[in-house]
Amino acid sequence: MTQNSEQQELLTVNSGEAFQPFNWSVGKYGSKFLAEIRDNQRFIGIKCSKCGRVYVPPRKICGRCYVEMDEFVPVSTEGEIGVCAIIQFGFIDPSTGHQEPVPYGYAFIKLDGADTYLPYYIDSTDPEKVKVGARVKAVFEEKRSGTMLDIKHFVLID
Amino acid sequence: MGKRVAIVGFGQTYQRSSRKDVNGPELINEAVRTALEDAGLTIKDIDAIVIGNMDHFEGVNYVDSWSVEGSGGVMKPIFKLTTGGTTGSTVAMAGYYHVASGIFDRVLAIGWEKNSESDTTGAIVTAFNPVWERPRFGGAIAGLAVEASKYMHNYNVTERDGARVAVRERLHALNNPYSHLHQEWMKSMEIEQIVDLLVSSEENQMLAYPLRMSDMCPRTDGAAAVIFASEDIAEKIAPRPAWVVSTHNRHNYSLLGDIDWDNNDTLEGASKAVFKDAGIKEPLKEIDVCELYLPYSYAGLKWMESIGFCGPGEGPKLVWDGVTDMDGELPVNPSGGVMSSNPIGATALLRVGEGALQVMGKAKDRQVKGGDVNYAFTTGFGGCNWADVMLLGKKKPS
Ligand SMILES: [Zn+2]
Repeated sequence: MTQNSEQQELLTVNSGEAFQPFNWSVGKYGSKFLAEIRDNQRFIGIKCSKCGRVYVPPRKICGRCYVEMDEFVPVSTEGEIGVCAIIQFGFIDPSTGHQEPVPYGYAFIKLDGADTYLPYYIDSTDPEKVKVGARVKAVFEEKRSGTMLDIKHFVLID
Repeated sequence: MGKRVAIVGFGQTYQRSSRKDVNGPELINEAVRTALEDAGLTIKDIDAIVIGNMDHFEGVNYVDSWSVEGSGGVMKPIFKLTTGGTTGSTVAMAGYYHVASGIFDRVLAIGWEKNSESDTTGAIVTAFNPVWERPRFGGAIAGLAVEASKYMHNYNVTERDGARVAVRERLHALNNPYSHLHQEWMKSMEIEQIVDLLVSSEENQMLAYPLRMSDMCPRTDGAAAVIFASEDIAEKIAPRPAWVVSTHNRHNYSLLGDIDWDNNDTLEGASKAVFKDAGIKEPLKEIDVCELYLPYSYAGLKWMESIGFCGPGEGPKLVWDGVTDMDGELPVNPSGGVMSSNPIGATALLRVGEGALQVMGKAKDRQVKGGDVNYAFTTGFGGCNWADVMLLGKKKPS
């Protein structure tokens, strides 16, 4: 070994093709939300008895009030874009290991009757249309299995 | 109330896109040795270590254990923290609390990252709820792009306004030899010219509308180390230490969809608490320099408002008027900031360390106010969901 550090070969080692199975519990409230999408193509939220906020997806505790919630309420499949972007860079979805199909429109949607936003993707990549305040409606997959991917996408409506 | 605490030493590595010449522990060691040298201490003087990075970035866990010879932590108490973009500020806060408790006198806080060894976006996506948020969530860039969309909508902000922030950060970075990006070509042009070039250039790739490449921070390899000491010994170690005047953090996150996208509530809450502790009523006038974790250009507009440096929608004017430039009333990120250098686990600790250098008058070419800095304000980034804030000062807190 007579090479000095400038000339020395610097090696890296990579992780290869990895597969990691994960299983995430959705819980009672989350299961009800996903089952409602799967069976009835509808969304439900949950209302805090103290502050009146309607959370979508439903969860057990209102973090602001620290009270347990139990009043499920229907919310619309239509709503308004709160914030949005057009994603144009490629990246790997860690859940599937697959490259995400870019570009795609992406937005946080306030469904009518809800106080929180639901993040999902929009079937348009036109920045003139995918914008704050635009009205959108959920389109569901024909075959549904009880995951968020049962929502095909949101489409822009007038 | 515990002991008063000061920063007495700071070390950082040269931050570059890829440090293939070192592995993790060796990179950490570079920063630690530099910090010890800066304080005139040896590793024997250190009572405890707090260390952090994003362990799912490099695909390795237990950094506290496997870097032990690099950190100098053999047979010492070591605490590991991982809080995302705020990791560096959280290790700083923990270092502060360790010393303030009176249990430890000298604590070393370390942050590091080798972003070149991972798919950063793929890893960041795993920081969010796998069931509700992950489908199609594009990591940090997408999360920041949506925030920008609302800010632009609310105040008719343009891409030029964002670019103006990016230009400030990159021009400042030219004074910092440790920074990753050095865009020398900017030197020969007027600010307006560079802004026009950035928003019209096809080479300046659109990543997630409205964010282009120039609006984002880079991915960087680097490490930082800060030494905290108790009031009993701080001034013996450093004749002019940087006192921790106040530090606070706030979380406001269950799901991203719960956030109020019109304001950065957590940054506002933590900043207000810090200013109240320090008795600061007019932050813009009273703070001398900022090292803010601004991971993308529009944060340099909107978050200025959340901190309380200006009113809602006034961020762009503040920046265009040159208030936040090196020679302005409130220089922001003399180091070049996160948009010029982003080794994620170290990034927020670099803000704290750079803030300390300013207070200590040791910031060399990037020193502001002729070295006469009373207050340096530093932040860590957790988007709108969580924020860390630390105020450093020249005067020992009462
Ligand atoms: Zn409530």
